[in-house]
Amino acid sequence: MAKDEFQSRQFKVVGTRVPRPDGVDKVTGRARYGADITAPGMLTGLCLRSPHAHARIRSIDTSAAEAMKGVKAVVTRADFDVTPESSGNRDVLDNVMAGDKALYDGHTVAAVAATSRSVARAALKAIKVDYEVLPHVTDVDEAMKPDAPVLHEGRQQESVPEGYSQNVLARSQYGHGDVDKGFEEADIVIERHFTTAATHQGYIEPHACLATMGGDGKADLWCCTQGHYHVRDTCAELLGMDTGQLKVTSSEIGGGFGGKTTVFLEPVALMLSRKSGKPVKMTMSREEVLRASGPTASTSVSIKIGARKDGRITAGWGDFRYQNGAFEAMNGALGAMCGFAPYDLENVRTTGWEVVTNRPKAAAYRAPGAPMAAFAVESVVDELAGELGMDPIDFRLMNAADEGTKAAYGPTYPAIGLKSVLEAAKDHPHWNTPLEGENRGRGFAVGFWFNFGGNTSVSLMINGDGTVSLSEGNPDIGGSRASMSMMAAEELGIPYEHVRCVIADTASLGQNDITDGSRVTFAVGLATIKAARHAIDIMKARAARIWGIDEEAVEWVDGAAQPAGPNAGKFEPMTLKEIAALASKTGGPIAGHFEVNAEGAGVSFGAHIADTEVDPETGAVKVLRYTVFQDAGKAVHPDYVEGQMQGGAVQGIGWALNEEYIYGEDGILQNPGYLDYRIPVASDLPMIDTKILEIPNPGHPYGVRGVGETGIVPPLATLANAVSRAAGVRMTSLPMSPPKLLAAIKAAKG
Amino acid sequence: MRFEAPTSPEDAASLLAATDNARVLAGGTDLLVRLRAGQVEPEMIVDIKRIAGIDAITSEDGGWRIGAGVSCAAMGEHDALGADYPGVVEGAELIGSTQVQGRCTMIGNLCNAGPAADSVPAMVAAGAIAHVVGPKGTREAPVFEIPVSPGKTSLAKGEFIASVYLPPRGARGGDAYLRFIPRTEMDIAAVGCAVNLSLADDGTVEKASVVLGAVGPKVIEAAEAAAALIGTTCDDTALAACAEAATAAATPIDDKRGTVEFRKDVTGVLARRAARIAYTRAKGETS
Repeated sequence: MAKDEFQSRQFKVVGTRVPRPDGVDKVTGRARYGADITAPGMLTGLCLRSPHAHARIRSIDTSAAEAMKGVKAVVTRADFDVTPESSGNRDVLDNVMAGDKALYDGHTVAAVAATSRSVARAALKAIKVDYEVLPHVTDVDEAMKPDAPVLHEGRQQESVPEGYSQNVLARSQYGHGDVDKGFEEADIVIERHFTTAATHQGYIEPHACLATMGGDGKADLWCCTQGHYHVRDTCAELLGMDTGQLKVTSSEIGGGFGGKTTVFLEPVALMLSRKSGKPVKMTMSREEVLRASGPTASTSVSIKIGARKDGRITAGWGDFRYQNGAFEAMNGALGAMCGFAPYDLENVRTTGWEVVTNRPKAAAYRAPGAPMAAFAVESVVDELAGELGMDPIDFRLMNAADEGTKAAYGPTYPAIGLKSVLEAAKDHPHWNTPLEGENRGRGFAVGFWFNFGGNTSVSLMINGDGTVSLSEGNPDIGGSRASMSMMAAEELGIPYEHVRCVIADTASLGQNDITDGSRVTFAVGLATIKAARHAIDIMKARAARIWGIDEEAVEWVDGAAQPAGPNAGKFEPMTLKEIAALASKTGGPIAGHFEVNAEGAGVSFGAHIADTEVDPETGAVKVLRYTVFQDAGKAVHPDYVEGQMQGGAVQGIGWALNEEYIYGEDGILQNPGYLDYRIPVASDLPMIDTKILEIPNPGHPYGVRGVGETGIVPPLATLANAVSRAAGVRMTSLPMSPPKLLAAIKAAKG
Repeated sequence: MRFEAPTSPEDAASLLAATDNARVLAGGTDLLVRLRAGQVEPEMIVDIKRIAGIDAITSEDGGWRIGAGVSCAAMGEHDALGADYPGVVEGAELIGSTQVQGRCTMIGNLCNAGPAADSVPAMVAAGAIAHVVGPKGTREAPVFEIPVSPGKTSLAKGEFIASVYLPPRGARGGDAYLRFIPRTEMDIAAVGCAVNLSLADDGTVEKASVVLGAVGPKVIEAAEAAAALIGTTCDDTALAACAEAATAAATPIDDKRGTVEFRKDVTGVLARRAARIAYTRAKGETS
């Protein structure tokens, strides 16, 4: 479908801070999350997980477990007698239930369903797995070497040149111009190498689901997910079912951040239910979440940038080596696309590498791939500005992408908000208040994310009493029920309180893509507006019928149908409520709907400022002040938008300072819990100040851009630039944990 | 699994002695977590909280007796105890969150024998004595001797600690406990250090104890670091010598919580900072 055109208008509901519809349920405990769903006679399902980083599975003996009282089903890979069509779903199957090899510590190799948790635990212990332990690799640079232990044979794509391990699955290249010529033209060239650790999204709610399958093969699944249509499609293929025979309902969701765009327990629970004939509930422990869900890629990145003395960047080059865990992913390509996206460059060349290792498969995490790339590029940009004696914001303004710029990753930008974001930061009191005191430093960085549209289906019912029931098919992870209700109310011209939005199951609406790519407020919002317009068209037709005039002679103003002009006839306006009350006499129920594969999601830029203080004796970092600037296109519900900006910043601060997956020499995850996987606690953080900018997205009727992801892109570099200044040493490796920072400070002092 | 809640220390000891795999339950903030994680599967749990007086903080011969059922929050709210032993109390108050504080106990923290236990260094620095009850009667043992290695104590089968005694504070005494964590809350010490000082009339340090946590398999008494403070006014030279000696006394390992070099460095830093606070407190000044 063609892009929808933005039209400027005066909003009545959109842009206000109405009460959130899920608030009361969440604070009173009435909200039902994944683990809150129950069914009569349900069993408890548990997974047996590999204790080895890499091992061939010679055999699995489940006979003792199956013989135990209370054990109703035991499942291994042998039960999944399908070969999925796509390599993606073959990987999902290999990930949810290991085939001939266990590929990482925590990889599921078998599962049981039993009448109680304690019986299920005992049954796991009774399963005998004969492993042949294989050499393993968990580091990206090691995994690329030709002699590294190989995870998968024959999966390397033709894009990968010779001389690399088969663990390097793909290489992708972007850019334009001549970087060699660009570096020759430069007065100063800086090249640096950077590393980042794998981090986890850290959602509060662990993965959970309840599956029931009847003897007739029809199944129902309730689960905590960012995309229940995706869960349905994947599970149906893995179970060899017709898609229409599986109905999936999403629960309330306790955070996802990309980590719940995945399928882990669901096919296993369905298989256990099929074998046992009973409902099966599965929930992950926190340890399982950390060992075996999807953290981010860890990275090793090289960046080289040249600039003239006048501050103009002449060339940018980057090599982005991403460790994606045990299966194929495209984080390296995304990093290679995003790193230089904020800049208007004549000469730019980037390469992304996709590398598998003996770790859980990397999942999406808010702007997947981009924060690490921005960390590397923005660190060098910061250093260049310093060497050139330029203000970091002025240096970026001089090189910033704008409308008409050919982006480093290919396309030419329409109207974008980067310069507005930079100018807002430059004018802000935070930037203009000197940072005084010893061991303190201020950092600045920008970030970019694409945003996405995708398949979307919305239905909107006009009830007999004039209220509206709205159904969307995307789990509400960032306020979509509020935002959709607001956009429907805006379009229909009725109060926000008259609309209730629910998340429909997979049998109730057309396909809805996963809640990802910051797509929902944009794409589902667009579909909601169009569904409302569809309902308005029907209501105008009903009014025309009542009045006996042409449909074209009716217009919709402030929640009511009225004659379009004096020539149309003289009738009192009919409100939505009045038309709704007469619906059954004028043609039956009134409902609007809209289905689209939405395009025109506008890219979003953000900029962050951080003030930090370093304890030079311990390497501890304190964040003193933090401000986020971001282009929202149009902030439908500013509270939620600010929350997204703050949440991204906080997760980025954790990534920059303390969060990391730590693997031992044995390839076993050393810190699968929140004691040693250090997410920031509230007392670690200052208030995160926010400044929303609204540069309308030309591709949305209200100008909306996605805001969920951009906020995590700048903070890694922002913190690195701030801490490097405070500590007097350039930090190129994340996290900047106290041991690492103290060692760097000592090394710098000699 | 059997659950017992005896009302006398003797009954508790005989229950514990009669079972091979029994666990003492006080606050339960460690035991219940381990049970749920499947790390321990005891045959019997003996809840000692119904023993009379076990939840009391009592003044005794000029010192303080703290029962095994006393929550760390209760210690924090006891003004007189906090005035005598601010370092002991601040160590106890660092365990867990506000919610955990209402249940967790200092003696439970001691008996877990975790090398990073926050309440232990200041107890040892104070010269605290554990009152041990067992099937053969009672005995008194220095707190320092209770933990022997990670997860292991010197308590014999059937023995449990009913209380800990902190000796009389005396005039011109002060203590302090500092730990290093990468965050500001809800974390486990990468390094811990307690300093306990008594001053002579002229304001110089007469007695000193410097005790390190999380930098060895059990709590470490850094005697040379303490000696560096004796006879001084904790001036910069003395503090530097104390820090150097504390660094030398630390025997940490490289692990997920820090490197050997980092932990030894930070041990010295904390010893210096804790000594300064303890000295200020000993002089009766606020810190």
